[in-house]
Amino acid sequence: MNKTVNQRAWFLVLPVLLLVAFSAVIPLMTVVNYSVQDTFGSNVFFWAGLGWFEQMLASERMWDALGRQIIFSLIILAIEIPLGVFIALNMPKKGFWTSFCLVLMSLPLLIPWNVVGTIWQIFGRVDIGLLGHTLAAMGISYNYTQNAVAAWATVIVMDVWHWTSLVALLAFAGLQSIPDAYYQAAKIDQASRFDVFRFIELPKMAGVLLIAVLLRFMDSFMIYTEPFVVTGGGPGNATTFLSIDLVKMALGQFDLGPAAAFSLMYFLVILLISWVFYTVMTNLDKRDGQR
Amino acid sequence: MARITLDNLAHSYLPNPSSEADYALKELNHDWVNGEAYALLGASGCGKTTLLSIISGLLHPSQGRILFDGQDVTDAPTAKRNIAQVFQFPVVYDTMTVRQNLAFPLRNRGADPAYVAARVSQIAAMIGMEAMLDRKARGLTADAKQKISLGRGMVRQDVNALLFDEPLTVIDPHMKWELRTQLKSLHHEFGHTMIYVTHDQTEALTFADKVVVMHEGRVVQIGTPQELFETPAHTFVGYFIGSPGMNVIDARIDGTMATIGSTQIPLGAAYRAGPGRVQLGVRPEFVRLATDGIGLPVRLRAVQDVGRHKIVRLDLSGQEINVIVAEGASVSADTNAITFDPSAINIYVDDWRIEPLDYNAGKVGS
Repeated sequence: MNKTVNQRAWFLVLPVLLLVAFSAVIPLMTVVNYSVQDTFGSNVFFWAGLGWFEQMLASERMWDALGRQIIFSLIILAIEIPLGVFIALNMPKKGFWTSFCLVLMSLPLLIPWNVVGTIWQIFGRVDIGLLGHTLAAMGISYNYTQNAVAAWATVIVMDVWHWTSLVALLAFAGLQSIPDAYYQAAKIDQASRFDVFRFIELPKMAGVLLIAVLLRFMDSFMIYTEPFVVTGGGPGNATTFLSIDLVKMALGQFDLGPAAAFSLMYFLVILLISWVFYTVMTNLDKRDGQR
Repeated sequence: MARITLDNLAHSYLPNPSSEADYALKELNHDWVNGEAYALLGASGCGKTTLLSIISGLLHPSQGRILFDGQDVTDAPTAKRNIAQVFQFPVVYDTMTVRQNLAFPLRNRGADPAYVAARVSQIAAMIGMEAMLDRKARGLTADAKQKISLGRGMVRQDVNALLFDEPLTVIDPHMKWELRTQLKSLHHEFGHTMIYVTHDQTEALTFADKVVVMHEGRVVQIGTPQELFETPAHTFVGYFIGSPGMNVIDARIDGTMATIGSTQIPLGAAYRAGPGRVQLGVRPEFVRLATDGIGLPVRLRAVQDVGRHKIVRLDLSGQEINVIVAEGASVSADTNAITFDPSAINIYVDDWRIEPLDYNAGKVGS
């Protein structure tokens, strides 16, 4: 087919271009702007080159926050993905109880982040919180404001409580799409329960699970509100994740230059990881597309 | 291999079926003879798949028993029944290779590795997939996957029965013919009891020794292809088998004569039609055209040439009558009447065929 060349067609992409410019490109450019300048106040800026980037790359503080961030994301993925799959596998397949479970599990997803933080902040307090008080009564030393391990445990359990449902719902959707014939064939082939999971359910869920991993990774990598409300990044810097550190730097200390360099690198890391996920997913689709 | 007995079997998907209409599968007694190939034929939703699922144990019947070689297996789970089943849409284990797929049912039963390897290569040769044995099943086409499913169904030699649930739906027409032929030769070779569900009459008639025709949850006739053609036991069989199906015309019966409208039709035998709706059935192959007005008055509507023969569509006071004439024969535009071959006429009361009073009279006439 011959395509007609009409340069005026470019006008059709103009609205999108404007939208993206105002929603993403221009705000991002202001950050780029800050990242290469320095100021001593009175709104007077001068050129600083890549100095802030070099300083941030050499800064132990950023690397520590990054390390904590990666460990946090890996831990919650290691808990939420298997747990979500496990819940989906054990959910009722049809009838009233399916809807009941789905609604019950959606509830945590509907609660705003800072409310989740507040709930757990109170829940975990030793003086009035149900959890904190019970643990203290049982003789377990638990205080998330003083003990780093307790603080980490609280933040992780809170995230698992908040987001495992999402993984479970996605996995459940994946399971529901498997035709009955597969299970019947497995029965006839005398496959064990584990074989059914390994050879039927897991391959059929692979697509949605990858999306679940991507969503949970990105979201946990950018987590801010809940740990900020519960621990405020403490005790010490024990739960100071990247976003918390960034906000401290930008708004607490008003170090706009380093904070801008920091956020650009943060952005690039997220972009890189998303790209890797996207590539893996499209390759999976291609493999499926050959059917 | 086993003889499968259905004893007083019926199934309803409702928990408390009250009337007969609530049953997806109406009461049924039947013996599936060991080593025969059966086809379950019927329109969609007639209960074929329900019956198959009951035999394979995926569904528990609401009443009755099912026996394999005289042993009650009604409550036995699928795995215990030692049957193989091939489904309508390809069921393969995506992440396994073709070889692993074929070996899976044997491995799960703890077969000897050397035997598994030998059997897998034998089956692979049969379904023509030797070259693809080490490919992952995921990337294959739908008909290649369905061939794997067929292969996995046939890999065990000691199965009680092989069940096929419209297995060739997704296969290309030329491949269908080939696979069906292979299934048939496999049946001759190993003598498995095979039950093949289909809504395609050609498939049923070419595959099976005996065809079981189902209609609205009821088995209306079990017979060889020839029996289904010559003496359909129910008007549905006459209509469903044959292309086009049997002509069924309301009639009055008096001994050896039938009356349609005001025309007398001689029958090959004497009948005593009881109360109910009496109909005369005759296949399009046994209707003769006439231009002299002797016979049933009809009006010519259309002639369709389908290649090997011509189908003549006629109008008999508002009802369509089909006639098949040889490809070479010419159909006169003056066609105004039809006559029937008396020996090919069947008489139905309330849709069920009735036997002639003196069975031999029909034979003498022919």
